[in-house]
Amino acid sequence: MTAPTKKRPVETQADLSAEIAEREKLSIEAEAAGQNVRQPLLDYPPYRSSVLRHPTKDPRHADPETIELWSPCFGHSDVDPLEADLTIAGSNEPIGERITVSGRVLDGEGRPVRNQLVEIWQANSAGRYIHKHEQHPAPLDPNFTGVGRCITDDEGRYRFQTIKPGPYPWGNHINAWRPAHIHFSLFGRAFTQRLITQMYFPSDPLFALDPIYQSITSQKARDALVATYDHDLSTPEYSMGYNWDIVLTGPSRTWTEPEEGDL
Amino acid sequence: MSTPTPGQTIGPFFGYALPYEGDADLVPPGSAGSIRLHGWVYDGAGNPIPDALLEIWQTDSEGNIPQAEGSLHRDGWTFTGWGRADTDLNGHYTFSTVLPGASAEGSAPFFALTVFARGLLDKLQTRIYLPEHPANAGDALLVSLSEDERATLVATADATGLRFDIHLQGDRETTFLNYG
Repeated sequence: MTAPTKKRPVETQADLSAEIAEREKLSIEAEAAGQNVRQPLLDYPPYRSSVLRHPTKDPRHADPETIELWSPCFGHSDVDPLEADLTIAGSNEPIGERITVSGRVLDGEGRPVRNQLVEIWQANSAGRYIHKHEQHPAPLDPNFTGVGRCITDDEGRYRFQTIKPGPYPWGNHINAWRPAHIHFSLFGRAFTQRLITQMYFPSDPLFALDPIYQSITSQKARDALVATYDHDLSTPEYSMGYNWDIVLTGPSRTWTEPEEGDL
Repeated sequence: MSTPTPGQTIGPFFGYALPYEGDADLVPPGSAGSIRLHGWVYDGAGNPIPDALLEIWQTDSEGNIPQAEGSLHRDGWTFTGWGRADTDLNGHYTFSTVLPGASAEGSAPFFALTVFARGLLDKLQTRIYLPEHPANAGDALLVSLSEDERATLVATADATGLRFDIHLQGDRETTFLNYG
């Protein structure tokens, strides 16, 4: 077994964009032929790292058993409310555009996912992550770690105070840039609803060029990852507001209304 | 029904955000009844994956579903049933936990497993069954699989507990599940 060597990309964005267009065409044809196209695709060669890391067999159906219909329980002993504010980690304010990101975590029937853990991580305003393998020569911000957590409230709502992340270069192809995004990790009402995804910002010119975003070949499904600017979430003379709701699907146990005395 | 929010890859930079102290220790290592559940994660070329994140969710040793909080700040006494382990540079992961009990009389106990990795565009989920467990022979999922597929879902016993390797692709590709 040899260590994988880092190859320098040779493909241009034009090469990649042609591959992306071809994959989208195939998906649209498959859907028109009545096939159910997975969103995102796992076998998506324009995202080079996926080539050896996607299963080649279709998943097998399993009827969920008891443990799979429940989710781990998190609560206020797990997360300090201050962890929802990513702008207070240092002794000074981080550099960048202050934003509030808030929304509701819902199940497939629109019911709130209450008292569940939401974790986020993101680059700083210059597009740099605090990570030892990060090589982008953009400045680190000593006042910004880019990590946050919170617990959803009774309406399934989460709320983070942070700064807007910058776009970020990567080695997928020549001149590859990721659209600005915030990574989200979510737990639903059941193990089957576990989700890790990325939230994007409206009207990003990099959407059409990005193989990770484009691995979702349905525009409707892609739109579900884009936050909307929400003026009601903007704070006068302080920060801009974005709303993003999350829908976690997958079988879960029978819904019961919270009983008196429940948290 | 609203549009389900699609997944996206965990990417390369989760390492400073998602792992935390004690994340993989559902019980203190070496405590009474504890076992090590460990293994390696491989790509389709047989190379280890050093940037995968695994999560397990399980019943306690009596088969009860834990509903106690405290996974993020473990007190060493409360069994929350959930843990998280990132792979090291060799693609190796380790959990300290207990054997799950059967949640119903005669059912086959298993660890529910979620896999994330850079290069993997969405989560994968499956089950880790216990070796030589008598209830495996009657398990609806296991009996629906070929012998080769079944072998990818059953852990092997070793000196400290259980070993379970994950192959995202290749001859020994792990059988992954959907519950829809």
